[in-house]
Amino acid sequence: MTSPLSVEEIQRVAELGRLKLSSEEVSEYTGQLGAILEYVAKLQDIDTEDVEPMAHAVEVQNVFREDEPRESLPCDAALVNAPKTDGEFFLVPQILGGGGA
Amino acid sequence: MLSATAQELRDQQECGELSSVEITSVCLDAIDEHNEKLNAFLTFDRDDALQQARRIDERRAAGETLGPLAGLPVAIKDNICIEGVTTTCASRSLENFRPPYSAHVIDRLRNAGAVLLGKTNLDEFAMGSSTENSAYGPTRNPHNLDCTPGGSSGGSAAAVAASLVPLAVGSDTGGSIRQPAAFCGIVGMKPTYGRVSRYGLVAFASSLDQIGPFARDVTGAAMLLEGLAGYDDRDSTCINQPVAKYSQTVDQPLEGLRIGVVKEYLEHDLDDGIRSSMATSMDIYRSLGAEVKAVSLPHANYSVATYYLIGPSEASSNLARYDGVHYGHRSSEFDDMIDMYCASRGEGFGAEVKRRVMLGTYALSAGYYDAYYLKALKVRRLIRNDYDAAFQEVDVIASPTTPHTAFQLGVMSDVPLSMYLSDLFTIGCNLAGIPGISIPCGVGNDGMPIGLQLMGRALEEETLFRAARMFERETDWHQRRAAL
Amino acid sequence: MNYTTVVGLEVHVQLQTATKLFCGCLNKFNPDNPNVQTCPVCLGLPGALPVMNRRAYELAVKTAIALNCNIAEFTKWDRKQYYYPDLPKAYQISQYDLPFSSDGWLEIEIDDETGETKRIGIIRAHLEEDAGKNIHDETGGNRDSRVDLNRCGTPLVEIVSQPDLSSAEEARIYLEDLRRLLKSLEVSDCNMQEGSLRCDANVNIHVHTDDGKTIATPLVEIKNLNSFRNVEMAIEYEAVRQFQEWQETGKTFGEVLKRTFGWNADRGFTFEQRMKEEASDYRYFPDPDLMPVTITSEQVGAIQQTVGESPVDMRKRFQEAYELSRYDASVIIDQGKSFSRYFESVGKKCGNGKSAANWTTQDVLRELNERKIEIELFPVTDETLGILLHKIELDEITVKSAREVFEILLAEADAGKSVTPARVDAIIDEKNLRIVSDTGELEKIINEVLRKNEQIVADFRGGKQGAIGPLIGQVMRQVGAADAKVVREIIVRKID
Repeated sequence: MTSPLSVEEIQRVAELGRLKLSSEEVSEYTGQLGAILEYVAKLQDIDTEDVEPMAHAVEVQNVFREDEPRESLPCDAALVNAPKTDGEFFLVPQILGGGGA
Repeated sequence: MLSATAQELRDQQECGELSSVEITSVCLDAIDEHNEKLNAFLTFDRDDALQQARRIDERRAAGETLGPLAGLPVAIKDNICIEGVTTTCASRSLENFRPPYSAHVIDRLRNAGAVLLGKTNLDEFAMGSSTENSAYGPTRNPHNLDCTPGGSSGGSAAAVAASLVPLAVGSDTGGSIRQPAAFCGIVGMKPTYGRVSRYGLVAFASSLDQIGPFARDVTGAAMLLEGLAGYDDRDSTCINQPVAKYSQTVDQPLEGLRIGVVKEYLEHDLDDGIRSSMATSMDIYRSLGAEVKAVSLPHANYSVATYYLIGPSEASSNLARYDGVHYGHRSSEFDDMIDMYCASRGEGFGAEVKRRVMLGTYALSAGYYDAYYLKALKVRRLIRNDYDAAFQEVDVIASPTTPHTAFQLGVMSDVPLSMYLSDLFTIGCNLAGIPGISIPCGVGNDGMPIGLQLMGRALEEETLFRAARMFERETDWHQRRAAL
Repeated sequence: MNYTTVVGLEVHVQLQTATKLFCGCLNKFNPDNPNVQTCPVCLGLPGALPVMNRRAYELAVKTAIALNCNIAEFTKWDRKQYYYPDLPKAYQISQYDLPFSSDGWLEIEIDDETGETKRIGIIRAHLEEDAGKNIHDETGGNRDSRVDLNRCGTPLVEIVSQPDLSSAEEARIYLEDLRRLLKSLEVSDCNMQEGSLRCDANVNIHVHTDDGKTIATPLVEIKNLNSFRNVEMAIEYEAVRQFQEWQETGKTFGEVLKRTFGWNADRGFTFEQRMKEEASDYRYFPDPDLMPVTITSEQVGAIQQTVGESPVDMRKRFQEAYELSRYDASVIIDQGKSFSRYFESVGKKCGNGKSAANWTTQDVLRELNERKIEIELFPVTDETLGILLHKIELDEITVKSAREVFEILLAEADAGKSVTPARVDAIIDEKNLRIVSDTGELEKIINEVLRKNEQIVADFRGGKQGAIGPLIGQVMRQVGAADAKVVREIIVRKID
């Protein structure tokens, strides 16, 4: 896993992260990310067999809010930063293909 | 007046020597005069600031009880939302974004009577250590305009160091308050994770981000944190515990203080000036009756690797929303929906943001998750355990804030890994969730400020302020002003 | 050579909370006013943060308990990442490796006649947020798609079954029984038109070859089957399609990755949907903005108390205790828990389950539908109706009179008057509807009528049976609420 990244892998990751990269960026990131991955590979030296992953800096549990309404934004405020709208909806170019869930 | 501390400015208003309008005007004039060369502020609205100041003066004249920050101008890092005020995160992707809501800390500052002076520059989405990764140009260090003020809260640090404003708010994900505070010769604190609500702070790495204060002295930082901290039911990670009156206890020295110096950090490549300042600083503490001893953080040398997996992984997810659908930059040229996403994001983000989104996307992707992201979460716990063990022996852990003083603009930007490695001393606090403060403790051979970092147990900000103030009373590094 | 259809269903259920899963916006179906139920949180604005709705978690646990699932002592929330315009954060907060519940089952009745049941395994049920809604240009033009985020952030429970369903019909029955259960739990309104209950089906077939081998075909997920009929028809169609495809290509399970299909309900066929290949790399990771949730066995027990009787058990009990047909009992139970409670209360008060069933499923239900109200707001309470129907049992009034009283009660309620059980007796008296059981009074009237109609009496005696009708009529007109049967008996006795 310490092998430097291939250009194809960089392109796959860029597609996954929805980033259009120039060919210069692709080759630049291929080198830079490869170097970073080589560096972080040092973590494999540590035995973490019985270690619980730590996803939160403060490990409290059961934080809830009650099921009580709070005021929503009016439609125009919801749409105020939209790049394209008809005053009621967000507009996007016609969607082709599937999404996810 | 420009060099006065927040406390002095507050006292002078209370006894009627100064008005908020006078203070605010002086700040605005200083911004007018110096911001062009510093590029510390991205936006400020003179009329709006003066109007806020006038309202405070009127309320004071009417005999109203005012909040603890009444009439004091405060600068806000431009990744904190203020309703109706452009919040760019120094990104092209949010060039015209005006949030329809305000962050929790903004409400708190208003209630405390602060005058919100303007929004300060940062590395794009707070990703960086130099404020060079801003879509709106780098900020410069007031002590030497060829040098970086540090980052990512470089605009806030430079503004305070250049006396454009007495107080400023930053955010710290891996050192983004403490490192620029050190580079600019001022005080900056990252509080305990959860001490300040993140609601309205544009997320970079959610489990590491924390809002904190900048000031010219420890007391100012204590005053500002008192204003910022407190429970907010809109942030599930916010701690529901009372906030101590830091500013009232800050002058009380700590009896029997035990300070641990991190052995592993001193084995690192350090500037000579920093090494000797560190030694001198510990001598000062000894002279004040503190016990100084070495402590070990055995996994310290893994913290950069851990951080540069967890941070970018969370960032890749947090920044996925900037896709040009509901807000932010939308490319004008695309073939279809997916191309619109890719083009908008490709155009909206700068190089460092793209680099981290790529890294995080890779670390979370199928087949790599366990080896990278999950592994990092486990090492994170080991790092935290190291701190817990060290705090069994000492009350405060000390280290230099940075291995080097402020570097020249441009020298690090081509080698991201070297830039990352310079975050070594500050990253631990974020991974462990504990508070850390940087205070001025010397000047390097290059004439640039040096920062001393003190780290404390979770929720022991008060201990850090008092320990820092003990040192500050014995030294005059905090009185050194940048000559612009 | 034949084949068995193998189906597992993934059902999404919107929970009936007042507010969304992570913010205080209303959880309300509101397609006519787009983008009015949003806030920084559900718009995914920079800086906004989610906070878990306690009620949503409790309803989810209640659902899982009713599905006989294990409730996890520790559960957490993960981000499922994909790009789609109805998902403003570009990730859905969902649950990945530690769902709040797993390993349950639902018993379904696969044969009405014999009552034969089958236990369908539940792999897991997890809690997640719904996306908004994309509205596509259906004119065939190239117009922009529109995005409405009112629904975005609505709490959903996803219930994933084992592939234990062996036919399209079984899949439909499972969904029907599941819906009945969820409605009776009052965790969801399960309105399929409004999307409160949505279904995806994982389908393949097991071909049994002549030489005794069983071959599984590649898995297909059919998305968005939003009616019982569509579930059944789509699976039926897909099984045949897979058999044909297998005959043509010979491809078996494992040789082809799981594919996603849609269902064209108008023309009745399934079709493969174009998917970006990397869309399946969701890069799940624990959401740093949300804290894990733990639950004790005491807390689970407390929620269990709220689960109550399952619709199947209730149906069986109604059939037995009230001597109802399976159909009548199901009609009542399908109206939900409150309605079932109403029926039971009426049945107990009037003492005749069949009568209570007829009245509630016909008269009451018709009025509810006309008034578009729920049973809780129906002006004739269970107590009032029970008292009224009991009077039929006591032969105090006729069924016809009871219906008249019922209508008067409704009219009075509509006029804003208060309708108490006491009004039943008052109306009966006002309208003189009480069956006269005092035979002394009745016989006096009959004697008078017979005396006045000697010719008709003579006709009857002469064998003209129909002649009695006008005599009964005259008596009835005078007493108002006599039982015609009794009147006839007395007349016949007297004349003979």
